Amino acid sequence: MRLLKQQIERKDGSGFAVLEPEEPEDMWHAYNLIQPSDLLRARAVRRVTKTSDAGSTASQRVILDLSITVASTDFDIGSGQLHVAGRVASENDHVKLGSHHTLDLELNRKFTLEKGDGWDSVAVEMLREACDTERRAELWAVVMGEGLANICLITEHQTILRQRVEVAVPRKRKGDAGGHDKGMEKFYSTVLSTLLRHLDLSNPSAKDISQTDKTIPLLLASPGFVATAFLSYIKAEATRTTNKPLLALLPNILVAHSSSPHVHSLSEVLASPAITTKLSDTKYARETALMDRFLTLMRQDDARAWYGPREVERAVAKGAVGRGGGVLMISNALFRAQSVNERKRWVKLVDRVKEEEGGEVRVLSSLHESGKRLEALGNVAAILTYPIEDLDESDGEEEEGADKAGDGDGTMII
Amino acid sequence: MPPKSGHQRAKNIDYEDDDIYSDEEEYYEEGVEGDGMSEEDKQQMAAATIKVKEALGGSFKVTETQIQEALWHYYYDVGKSVSYLKNKYAPKVPAQPKQSQKPASRFDQAASAAGVGAPNGKLSSFIDSTTVCAALNLGLESCYSTPPPVHFPISYNFDRLTEDITNFFWDTPWGNVPSHRLGTIIPQTVAPKGGLLGGSKLAALAAKRKQKQQEQAAKAEEEGNDADKAVALLDRLSVKSDRPALLAPSDKAPKPAIRYQRKRSPSPQPQPQVESDEEPDLGTTRPTMEFPDLRAQPSMFATTLCSKNDSRPAGQSHQSTSFAEFALPYTSMVEFKKVDPFASPSPDDIVQEAQKRGAGRPSKPKATPKKPAGDKLAEAVDKLHVEEAPRVKSKNLNVVEEFAKSEMKRMMNFVVIGHVDHGKSTLMGRLLYDLKVIDQRSVDKLKKEAENIGKASFALAWVMDQTSEERSRGVTVDIATNNFETEQTRFTILDAPGHRDFIPNMIAGASQADFAVLVIDASTNSFESGLKGQTKEHALLVRSMGVQRLIVAVNKMDTINWSQHRFNEISTQMTTFLTTASFSPKQISFIPCAGLTGENVTHRNPDNSLLDWYTGPTLVSALDTSAPSPRPLDKPLRLTISDVFRGGITNPISITGRIDAGTLQIGDQILIMPSSEKATIKAIELDGEPVDWAVAGQIPTLHLQDIDPVHLRLGDIACAPNHPVRLIKSFTCKILAFEHVLPSSVDVFRGRLQAEGRIVRLSATLDKTSGEVLKKKPRIVRPGEVARVVVELQRELPLEVGVRIVLRERGSTVAAGLLEG
Repeated sequence: MRLLKQQIERKDGSGFAVLEPEEPEDMWHAYNLIQPSDLLRARAVRRVTKTSDAGSTASQRVILDLSITVASTDFDIGSGQLHVAGRVASENDHVKLGSHHTLDLELNRKFTLEKGDGWDSVAVEMLREACDTERRAELWAVVMGEGLANICLITEHQTILRQRVEVAVPRKRKGDAGGHDKGMEKFYSTVLSTLLRHLDLSNPSAKDISQTDKTIPLLLASPGFVATAFLSYIKAEATRTTNKPLLALLPNILVAHSSSPHVHSLSEVLASPAITTKLSDTKYARETALMDRFLTLMRQDDARAWYGPREVERAVAKGAVGRGGGVLMISNALFRAQSVNERKRWVKLVDRVKEEEGGEVRVLSSLHESGKRLEALGNVAAILTYPIEDLDESDGEEEEGADKAGDGDGTMII
Repeated sequence: MPPKSGHQRAKNIDYEDDDIYSDEEEYYEEGVEGDGMSEEDKQQMAAATIKVKEALGGSFKVTETQIQEALWHYYYDVGKSVSYLKNKYAPKVPAQPKQSQKPASRFDQAASAAGVGAPNGKLSSFIDSTTVCAALNLGLESCYSTPPPVHFPISYNFDRLTEDITNFFWDTPWGNVPSHRLGTIIPQTVAPKGGLLGGSKLAALAAKRKQKQQEQAAKAEEEGNDADKAVALLDRLSVKSDRPALLAPSDKAPKPAIRYQRKRSPSPQPQPQVESDEEPDLGTTRPTMEFPDLRAQPSMFATTLCSKNDSRPAGQSHQSTSFAEFALPYTSMVEFKKVDPFASPSPDDIVQEAQKRGAGRPSKPKATPKKPAGDKLAEAVDKLHVEEAPRVKSKNLNVVEEFAKSEMKRMMNFVVIGHVDHGKSTLMGRLLYDLKVIDQRSVDKLKKEAENIGKASFALAWVMDQTSEERSRGVTVDIATNNFETEQTRFTILDAPGHRDFIPNMIAGASQADFAVLVIDASTNSFESGLKGQTKEHALLVRSMGVQRLIVAVNKMDTINWSQHRFNEISTQMTTFLTTASFSPKQISFIPCAGLTGENVTHRNPDNSLLDWYTGPTLVSALDTSAPSPRPLDKPLRLTISDVFRGGITNPISITGRIDAGTLQIGDQILIMPSSEKATIKAIELDGEPVDWAVAGQIPTLHLQDIDPVHLRLGDIACAPNHPVRLIKSFTCKILAFEHVLPSSVDVFRGRLQAEGRIVRLSATLDKTSGEVLKKKPRIVRPGEVARVVVELQRELPLEVGVRIVLRERGSTVAAGLLEG
């Protein structure tokens, strides 16, 4: 995302930023940035109907810049499209004030964002991250088992399941060993052709010459020998068809072990030492490692690991998430909360940990596996600097009352 | 007939071929006629025209254009053209009978098409008959007004056909027939075009029949006098309506009877027979004449008739054939003597019978395409389909009674579990080999193959491990099933993989088992590493999946010299562990054995003094003492699909799986969940033998029909359509934790079913025994604790209250549980 212009007051956070999304992932950032009650200005195409004096109507499409007050956002992960619905905030010749409009943000089309409640620390941080032009790691991963493969694209901020391949592979049966082998062969060929369709090797080959360092690695993971067998299938197929782009890809293929063919076992794959050494310091690898650390502490029944909104808030209040190892993990899903108060609550928590306590705050992407694991834990977790027992039990009696006063995410409280 | 183009001209000298062209084409051809003529052509034409005129003389009223057309057609062959024109424009009363003949043959086709039952056939026959009627009208008109034939192409066709045949021999010299005259007889080749109406056998038969009729009719025309023909016309017209029915069945057998019948019909005009009488005359008197097509496919009737009458005087004139003579040829025929025309059912009866049969016959291939006429709603079609589905006849057995009556041997399934490389597959291979389920030859073959890749000790395991991958890696990947029998019981072995990556497959196997055989490697370190690994996990899994009885086979005793000490050590350790895993000590038995040598598997080697300390049973006798688990026969059918495959050409879709509850038999309908598709059981196989029914506890192979394989997936449930399994998206279950349980993504296993899910909430930890709530909303569930959790599935699955599930995360089993709702 390119930051074209920025005018944000440090003190009250008022002001605006002009942004231009450049790649599909930027839409994800935009989705995280744009909140209800924000003011968004972007180019729009609107059908305008005019009624003449005589009563006849004529409608035409008008391209115009529209400012809307955001009411809701809708993000399509698969296609990376963001639709922002709201009401028109500034009147012009064609559109009346207050009429509804849905802006479709597009790549390479700038938009201006003004925060309704000012730019808070989290928003500014998000903006900084979104405009970070550092090289972004990308990785294709195929998590597979017998007859099932999930083809995913892992980017800095999201894990996108591009395609799920399911092929019925006959199990081994008495006296019919061939059926299984034949089924697997068919499965491999289906996965490979699907994968190649997504990788689109032929297209960026020209690009590869210019920037040779940017070859996207491909990760194959499976329980058992499926991934290894698939790799040898790819090799055989590449030499057989002398598919040059595919041959060039071969050195970039990593094989890893996963415990299941499902996408959520990606987290375990990405945490495995064999992979982390190769993928070194990527955001998702860091996030995954952090989640693993947290879960290990949980398993050890260490009272320094807590999860759930209320428990974490209480721990922060006690000053346990501070300097010297205190880590607050929070999913960005919480900042996308539809209610402003809800967002404020979490921004306050983050600010407190960061500024007052000096702890570390990690915002995990809800689209990554680590983020999904955090989501299961109520979207927020913390590693404390010192153990606190019974953070949950201390209010066991007032549990009922707390639930009633709950702020909408009562189900998340474990 | 004017040619369409040079190319066609060359090809279609046989003008009858043009019959298949449509009217427009012919008009069109006329239009372009002149264009195709070169200067040379014109000269030739002019010369030839004059010659033709001379040849015809003044008596013929033929226009120049007509002559030219004829010439064009015959390539300026004056002789042919003359004869053609003479035929064409000679006075013609006889045209009519032929016309009636022709439509009749069309009706034949229509009738046969209708017999096939295809709605489009009916439609086309309808169209045919209407066009034929039009043609008939046109034909009549054209006969009297004598317009140039090209103006009434259809009528022209009919005219020409009849005229060709009736008048063809009009001026035929008796002696040397000019060669061009021979060519013109070719029109008969038209007959096969009937095949265009459809590719069905019936259509082909109809075409054949039509051809014959044309032959006969042609001959009739040849010799019939005008008066006769007028009557014949009436006759045919009256017969016509019956004809489609008469000829529809196209059966060879009743043919003579039908013909005969027709001859005796109220207005008997026996021309057909006369003409066949005459046919040989033509043949014999003019040996030079070729009748290749005429004689291509004469009916049996015709051939017999002809051969009979070949001896007739060659020169017998047509007129001399009188009515009285007609019956005579038949009396001399064998068929005539044999057949009493009224003894057999009348042709009408035959036809009606055939039609009835045709309609009532539930022919298999018709099932789907047989849709009601276009106007029925899709719903109606569906309903129809459902009604038709159980085409496989159900014997309507009372399976429960049958089962009780059969007094068959006990049937038990057991799963073989244990750590990887502890010798599960080898032990089972040995067991099958010693029980003579596997013959010496195949074992020798396996041994040789195993030696070839340097894995001689794996030979027996290869009895179970059959895929190339399993063999090359020496690891069981998937469940292998095999059967054997003892005196009391029929066993199904489910050989589970020991490797931790394939625990899903092991779960699938364990879910089908009545009891389990836990194989333990007795050698030093192996047992210990196993206890940390899959020995423990497998034991816990089978226990949590409801297996009560466990036989511990302490394997590889030969490697430790059958040490009693080691055996006891293992027994004590395992008993302690298994009792904590809530196995009852009474249900556990320990058997020392050696899979590789076969000692104490099926029998004891009396020479082995090292095993003298052991007095217990062999492995097989221990298996025999196990009591089968109860079979819930009266509950609605539940079968978990553990494999979907193509059973062969006759059985394109087959499934296997254990019947968890209920019974099934051939012809039953089953409902597959979650796809909600119905299928019919075509056949049932049990241990490779066809059976009529199967009951809970058995693992049959079902051959299905009326279902697309895409609706069948591993782990799906086949159930009774009237008691379907409900699909659920989230459920509460009571779990026994093996590891720390946190809300997280988990894999949910139920038999072969493997699904993604998420523990969304830890509701409470429970007291292990009383089930009382110890703590609400625990932060974490520790290993060994019992808790109530809420699991959300990614997609809806057929799960019922009371089913046992296993939750796994990151390659280890975190919990096993019982679904509560």
